[in-house]
Amino acid sequence: MKEISGSTMVCEALRAEKVKVVFGYPGGAALNIYDEIYTQTYFKHILVRHEQAALHAADAYARMSGEVGVAIVTSGPGFTNTITGLATAYSDSIPLVLISAQVANSLIGTDAFQEIDAVGISRPCVKHNYLVKNIQELPRILKEAFYIATSGRKGPVHIDIPKDVTAALGIWDYPQEITMKTYKPNYKGNAKQIKKFVELLKEAKRPLFYLGGGCVASNASEELRELVKITQIPAVETLMALGTLRSDDALNLKMAGMHGSYAANMALSECDLLISVGARFDDRITGKTSEFAKRAKIVHIDIDPSSISKIINAHFPIVGDIKSVISQTLDELKRDQFEIQTQEWLETLKRYQNLYPLSYEDSDEVLKPQWVIQECAKLAPDARIITDVGQHQMWVAQFYPFNFPRQLATSGGQGAMGYSLPAALGAKLAVGEKEVVVNFVGDGSVLMNIQELMTAYEYGIVVINIILNNAFLGMVRQWQSMFYDEHFSQTDLSVQADFVKIAEGFGCEGYDIKTKDEFRSAFKRALNSQKTTLLNVAIDRFEDVLPMVPAGGAIYNMILPKLKDKK
Amino acid sequence: MRRVLSVIVLNEHGVLSRIVGLFSGRGYNIDSLTVAPLAGGEFSRINIVTSGDERVFEQIVKQLHKLIPTYKVIESEEFIEKEMALVKIPLNENLGGLDAVLKAYNGVIANSNENFLFLMVADDATRIDNFLKTIKKYNPSDIVRSGSVLMEIK
Repeated sequence: MKEISGSTMVCEALRAEKVKVVFGYPGGAALNIYDEIYTQTYFKHILVRHEQAALHAADAYARMSGEVGVAIVTSGPGFTNTITGLATAYSDSIPLVLISAQVANSLIGTDAFQEIDAVGISRPCVKHNYLVKNIQELPRILKEAFYIATSGRKGPVHIDIPKDVTAALGIWDYPQEITMKTYKPNYKGNAKQIKKFVELLKEAKRPLFYLGGGCVASNASEELRELVKITQIPAVETLMALGTLRSDDALNLKMAGMHGSYAANMALSECDLLISVGARFDDRITGKTSEFAKRAKIVHIDIDPSSISKIINAHFPIVGDIKSVISQTLDELKRDQFEIQTQEWLETLKRYQNLYPLSYEDSDEVLKPQWVIQECAKLAPDARIITDVGQHQMWVAQFYPFNFPRQLATSGGQGAMGYSLPAALGAKLAVGEKEVVVNFVGDGSVLMNIQELMTAYEYGIVVINIILNNAFLGMVRQWQSMFYDEHFSQTDLSVQADFVKIAEGFGCEGYDIKTKDEFRSAFKRALNSQKTTLLNVAIDRFEDVLPMVPAGGAIYNMILPKLKDKK
Repeated sequence: MRRVLSVIVLNEHGVLSRIVGLFSGRGYNIDSLTVAPLAGGEFSRINIVTSGDERVFEQIVKQLHKLIPTYKVIESEEFIEKEMALVKIPLNENLGGLDAVLKAYNGVIANSNENFLFLMVADDATRIDNFLKTIKKYNPSDIVRSGSVLMEIK
């Protein structure tokens, strides 16, 4: 077999894994890899302007495409800048492979220039990581990294490659398949458990599906839609699951949790059988755990056994891939005639939906963020939506009608500000020319990775960025308003940059928007533009995200919007 | 509640850090830890004494399983558990009765020089506690105690 360099091996592995796009940033220790990238023709390399952006872009690429996202960075600070991106992908179980360069083996441990214990730092933020000590290990490690990232409960894998390994020659023996003695994910649900689960479904009077990000990760939307339809069991979705069911499905009670709908939270509180499907009982969903679904038997379906009974004790665990388990359940259900009596339960929930629907008071004086989001949905109904973190994220989750899985990419578990601008670029590269990508971002978070407008311009990646600008760190301001006597400590952002000039400075288009007509007209222009656009939309400064469950409270105790025409 | 378990892991670079990091990162306690490669060298056995209620222990076991290099987590109800203690006693102490104490605890004189006797005892944790209390009267100048070594009975 022929001998090739470690750098060539990296590129060959990306070719073998059919990687089309790599996000990265070069540096001293990564020079050999980048010299190889200079001549290879297998994948497109996108030069971001900050390593954190490389990870967020690769992350959204993975979320939108269902493929693995890949990033390459240099040693030391190049690597440390990726930690937020790794943590974000880890929290949301997103398949990523990060390749970082390291100083040469002979320099490791000497505090050499741009040396850092990269695997030591990344360990808590990744599914697995490797330091490649010699060239013979590299083909196996590269293959294992892609396998681990994309199998079982997906997640980021980090490979740290010393510079001498990237230069060394070794035999290119890339494994076709991987068998690991210590890692064997279980995909199929236990048949006996599935049978019992079906019996529970048939017996329940007030059953409820609680859908999480695992439904999206395992591409189980079709099966879940069928299951909901034939059982007539209602469902709530987490932020990470939005789009699994159509937003206009009458059985979809919408998002649950801290900013969930009244009907969703009441359903969680009153159900007698809660079927958690790829969800992990995050504190933003459960609120006070002792009050959460306390009348219900809990069925917990998850590919990760360590998620089961971690927070809420599961009476009935099923370990397996969501798509497999739901398919098995459908097969079992269809074996005989069945009828699940949910009519009375559905009527109760309908009353809750009518009592407090997600709503807001519109205004002609000042733009309401909810109106902007709904208008965007009218003008670009099938757009892929990216959000940053904060109030705008929750308004989008509440008011954008998500109708298909992978329509939304957002930082759920970590809530990483600065996510959305680079993520929008990764998303656009994943979905291609024909699809519209809209990034909702706050006036605080947009500044955290705004330099990526330069990347958008350089590569002609066309996305529409909408700043919902309330001149506040809005969500923190909301908490200060409700729980800290309106002490707006360090959240007032009314001294503002000229966002239009910033956009133009990076070669993009920018518009300041204060009225509904201005928004409609600018958004239409953005849809037809060949350039990335930044719409700086001035919204009501003191609009709150409601309903809201105060942190640690029971989820049935919601602060609800006060509506003038409320009966 | 005191808990003991053994973890069989791939004998590779950084694996101990992963285990220890899991405990520290999730706020679990490690009371003692012993590690050595198994015959053949491909795997290592990590013996851990920890504490926590049923729920915490269940999570510890699940999280250990989740680590990629973990081959097996052994949580037997019936382990043989042994610790070792080394004790350094000045020779100028009155050593009367030392033989009887060593005999009672299956201890031996492991070494000696012109100034000290070096005692070695291997027993379960409670008996090691008792031995160390008893040996105090000889004014030991140093005591070193190992973590638990475990072997499942079934």
